[in-house]
Amino acid sequence: MQLIPCPWCGPREEAEFHYGGQAHVAYPEDPSALSDEEWAQYVFFRENPSGPFAERWSHSAGCRRWFNAVRDTRTHDLLAVYRVGEPMPEVTA
Amino acid sequence: MTVSPLAAWTDRLAALAPALDVTEVPFRSQLTVRVSDPDAIAAMGDALGVRFPAVPCTFSAGTGEFGAVEVLWLGPDEFLVTASPDLQVTIEEVLRGALQDVRGSVVDTSAQRTTVVLQGPRARDVLAHGCSVDLHPASAPRGTCVQTLLARTGIVLQVNDDGYTILVRSSFAEYFAAWLADAATEYLAVP
Repeated sequence: MQLIPCPWCGPREEAEFHYGGQAHVAYPEDPSALSDEEWAQYVFFRENPSGPFAERWSHSAGCRRWFNAVRDTRTHDLLAVYRVGEPMPEVTA
Repeated sequence: MTVSPLAAWTDRLAALAPALDVTEVPFRSQLTVRVSDPDAIAAMGDALGVRFPAVPCTFSAGTGEFGAVEVLWLGPDEFLVTASPDLQVTIEEVLRGALQDVRGSVVDTSAQRTTVVLQGPRARDVLAHGCSVDLHPASAPRGTCVQTLLARTGIVLQVNDDGYTILVRSSFAEYFAAWLADAATEYLAVP
C-alpha cells in the first residue's frame, strides 16, 4: 500500500487518509455578485492536469488535520506535502 | 452496576498468556483538550503537574495532584489527558480554570474509549498483524503515541517501557478483542 507522508505524523498508509480535491481554490470574495456561470465555475470546475497537481488530503484516521500535497497524476508519486497556510513549494516532476 | 466494554472477554484474553498479556484498564478519566495558545498549554501543564507534549506523536507522563497523569498528543492543538477513574470532573474544572479566557475547550470523553494494556514477548508481533506503523524501538521509542488503524479500527497507541497501551473506542472494543485473540493464535503454545 502506498505511504503518504503526513506533515505532522510522518509516513502512513494511504487507507488512513481522505482525499479532498484540488487545493488553493479560493472562496469568492463576493459570492452574491457572481453570475450563475461564474458560480458554477467555482463550485464544479477543477483542473485535471497530467503531471504535478496540488490537492488537499486529510489524515482522517490519525491527527485528523487537513494538509496539501503535490501529486504527479501520471505516476501517483507525492512530490511534496505542506501544511495548510504554507505556500506551495516548487516541485520538479 | 457498570460493566466495562471488555468485561465479557476477560477469560478469553487471559488465555493468550504467556505470549501476550492483555489487561483492560476500564473507566479511566479522559479529557480531550483543544488549545493552541502556548501560555495556556503551559498553565494547564502546571495545573496537572505534567508538561504537555510539544513533539507530535508523543505523550508525556508524570505524577501530580491527581496521581499518575498522562497527556497524549492527538494533533497540533489537540491533547488527551488520561488519569485514574472518577477524576474527570475535578480535572475538567482545574483545566478550565487554567484555560481562563483563552480560546479552547476541555471535554470529558471518558466514555469514548477503553484502555487495554498489551504486554508479553509477542506483543509487537501481534500488533504487526494489523498495524502498519513500525513499532521497532529504533523508530518508536518509549513515549511514542500514534493514532492509527489496527485491523481497520481507529486506535491510539502508546509505547511504554514494557509494552503498549491501546485506547480503543468502547463500541469497537469487542471487535478489537476478537481480532487480538485471532491474531495471537499462532503464538499460543500447543497444549
